[in-house]
Amino acid sequence: MKRILLAALLALSALSPAVTPALAVQPDEVLQDPALESRARTISQELRCLVCQNQSIDDSNAPLARDLRVLVRDRLKAGDSDDKVMEYVTDRYGDYVLLRPPFKATTLVLWIGPFAVLLLGAAGTFLFLRGRRGVAAGADTAPLSADERRRLDALLRKDD
Amino acid sequence: MRRLLYLLPFLLFIGVGVAFYLGFERDPRDIPSALIDKPAPTFDLPAIPGQMVQGQPATGGLSSAKLAGDVTLVNVFASWCIPCKAEHPVITRLSREQGVTVYGINYKDKPEDALTWLARNGNPYAAIGADQDGRVSIDWGVYGVPESYLIDRKGRIRYKHVGPLTPQVVEEQILPMVKHLRQG
Repeated sequence: MKRILLAALLALSALSPAVTPALAVQPDEVLQDPALESRARTISQELRCLVCQNQSIDDSNAPLARDLRVLVRDRLKAGDSDDKVMEYVTDRYGDYVLLRPPFKATTLVLWIGPFAVLLLGAAGTFLFLRGRRGVAAGADTAPLSADERRRLDALLRKDD
Repeated sequence: MRRLLYLLPFLLFIGVGVAFYLGFERDPRDIPSALIDKPAPTFDLPAIPGQMVQGQPATGGLSSAKLAGDVTLVNVFASWCIPCKAEHPVITRLSREQGVTVYGINYKDKPEDALTWLARNGNPYAAIGADQDGRVSIDWGVYGVPESYLIDRKGRIRYKHVGPLTPQVVEEQILPMVKHLRQG
């Protein structure tokens, strides 16, 4: 009996991500048209909630997030394209509301920075390794002097 | 020369450290407004239902037409907002003593609560628009009340302050800006 119960519980917990919708979106906000609703969800996931900053408006329970979710749905119902809706919101709140920052002059460091650092590191490593190979090949070691050679020969002969 | 090259990572580390440290000084809640230097949004808000002006029921609320002409301050407030109460004396002084016309947008408030609040704390606003569903405030880019906007004579937004106005902000930011905009 216990085993069956445990199995049932496990099965339930495995299923739950699929059956429980996001908590933030209230039933009364959901649009009748499933296609529009899914577009609204996608857009909402891209928009930052300005009150709790690191959540999307799709995840946030803040009243302003709800207002913006309803606004997004209203714009879609009015026939706006996805880009138009995004533009509507960024016109009012700036690029800051986009969870994925746009690629432009002011965000260049943000987008290019990590790759620039990676390239710099690769170049540094390459130069360092090339330098070491030179050492190993004896490129910058002076040849033995006559005195050194005589001592080396003496040491080698001792082993015989 | 080679020694200097070995110092480079250390210097880079110091640089990045300083940049991040300075970042702590910035207020993450202070988001730059997308509307600075743009015309104030077009809107027409009704008065708070039941509001009386000089013994008569208020006729109009607040609309964008009222904003052009003089330099004005638009203050978004609500009776449920605690910092609004804190900034209220500052707003009152700005309107009654410092000669700045202040308009109010009453954000997502119950009319009776707003009217009680105004009766208790005084009404420094030349006109108030009731934004009960918050839609007009979204057009203004409002994300946390209280917020205050300075509007120039052409009806453009020139300055935005998020959070309660303090005497210091008024002295150092608002009043010099008003003076500058009146001349311009």
